[in-house]
Amino acid sequence: MVNTKINLCGIEIDNPVIPASGTFGFGYEFAEIYDINCLGTFSFKGTTKDPRFGNPTPRIAECDSGMINAVGLQNPGVEKVISDELPKLKACFNKPVMANVSGFSVEDYAYTVEQLDSQDQIGWFEVNVSCPNVHGGGMSFGTSPEAAAEVTAAVRNVTDKPLFIKLSPNVTDIVAIAKACEAAGADGISMINTMLGMRIDLKTRRPVIANKMGGFSGPAIKPVALRMVYQVYEAVKIPIIGMGGIATAKDVIEMMLAGATAVQVGAQNLVDPFACRDIINDLPSVMKKYGIDDLTSIIGGAH
Amino acid sequence: MTQGLYEIIKNDALTSTVYKMVIKGDTSAITAPGQFVNLKLEGKFLRRPISICDYDDTSITLVYKVVGEGTEQMAEMKAGEVIDVLVGLGNGYSLDKCGEKPLFIGGGVGIPPLYNLCKKLIKAGKTCTVILGFNNADEIFLEDDFKALGANVIVTTVDGSYGTKGFVTDAMKDINYTYFFTCGPMPMFKAIESTAVTSGQYSFEERMGCGFGACMGCSCKTKYGNKRICKDGPVLEREEIIW
Repeated sequence: MVNTKINLCGIEIDNPVIPASGTFGFGYEFAEIYDINCLGTFSFKGTTKDPRFGNPTPRIAECDSGMINAVGLQNPGVEKVISDELPKLKACFNKPVMANVSGFSVEDYAYTVEQLDSQDQIGWFEVNVSCPNVHGGGMSFGTSPEAAAEVTAAVRNVTDKPLFIKLSPNVTDIVAIAKACEAAGADGISMINTMLGMRIDLKTRRPVIANKMGGFSGPAIKPVALRMVYQVYEAVKIPIIGMGGIATAKDVIEMMLAGATAVQVGAQNLVDPFACRDIINDLPSVMKKYGIDDLTSIIGGAH
Repeated sequence: MTQGLYEIIKNDALTSTVYKMVIKGDTSAITAPGQFVNLKLEGKFLRRPISICDYDDTSITLVYKVVGEGTEQMAEMKAGEVIDVLVGLGNGYSLDKCGEKPLFIGGGVGIPPLYNLCKKLIKAGKTCTVILGFNNADEIFLEDDFKALGANVIVTTVDGSYGTKGFVTDAMKDINYTYFFTCGPMPMFKAIESTAVTSGQYSFEERMGCGFGACMGCSCKTKYGNKRICKDGPVLEREEIIW
């Protein structure tokens, strides 16, 4: 028997496979097609202080080995998340969930986290300082160590739950930002968010996406994600949740070797709704194939 | 929603750009006409959402137009090949409000999802009138299929090369109907909206990420709140649509 269990900031999870925020809703859509209790946990849809419709459509463009999205943080707002979404989730998921939070000011972030903090279902916070889709929003916090640290400190102040900061790859020095978050009290780093990208329609000669630019994700960005996780692993002592192009059990192992304690699956959920279940089912045999008895033992193994 | 591997039984051209593909496999996830499937194509990252034209216990008929790389690839596929399909997506049309004389209005490649709906309502004893709108005579498809169901079929062509010259709305004015169902391009929808005298249902198209409600890629605002075209649609009721 191989051991897929992982300790993520004091909470043991059955396996390190976590659907990424924005690709799994609040879980219940997927619970209609399989028992999502097989997941390590999942990161719910990015939640903001106020309800948001998001960007105009089209919001999606296909790319070779990936996709671009510019959804723009559509969500019902923290009040409705607590009153409507979390009870629905509770009915189909009996493990702690990761609360993904976004904001447009330091006060927004602190307010939303404070509201969610009393919810017992929530095991961890994942604070998105990197969403590239909102004008003048999240992007600015994630591109400067000072601003990222300011958000981290403000959120740290209102919760004792494990706090991950989700970083943008659209920066010159992600290591400096990760270190700033660690110093400001983060318990972990989530990385990487999507990379800024664009597609252009040859017939209309205009960007495909109404917002012009969007976040590029999918297997194409995996090498960038691996490189950044590898670099940050050498610079911080807190755990990393690695993501970017994860689609198979082999990808999970590769990301953990780079330095990730757990792994998120994003775009792959959208093309294969059973992706996470299948990755979890495949993990033990792939671990055996590569001589791995205990997943924890391989974290950072490539260093 | 179910996921499965489906064998292509046939894949024939109906016109120079419109094809009919029949796939064989489990159809138990289909709950209403007007739903769609999402096809995984070799080498393409996102799936392709295609409306269901017709289905029975063991097969699904898809009538699709070649408009880009994905549908081009579909047109090249041969009987015997196997395709990965998500089945039973979207809400589909609801059949219980249509009265005795429903009208079906299809524009171009918006026509296919109306076919199984019409079949079901004819079986339920309704008097069905179908308006099929095309640009010209060369584009016409499914006319004989609707006639074979027993529907009263009117074809309109913009250039007058077949049937009634003009748009679907030119034909609508002379018809006595209790309700309407439509699928087609947005300019046609807007013309219908200003012509129709009854309640009805519109089936919308949007660029989708997942097709099953997870990514919020295809959201729209309605009078009843935000909806996802893929999950809460593609069919919306006339009363809720914000134009």
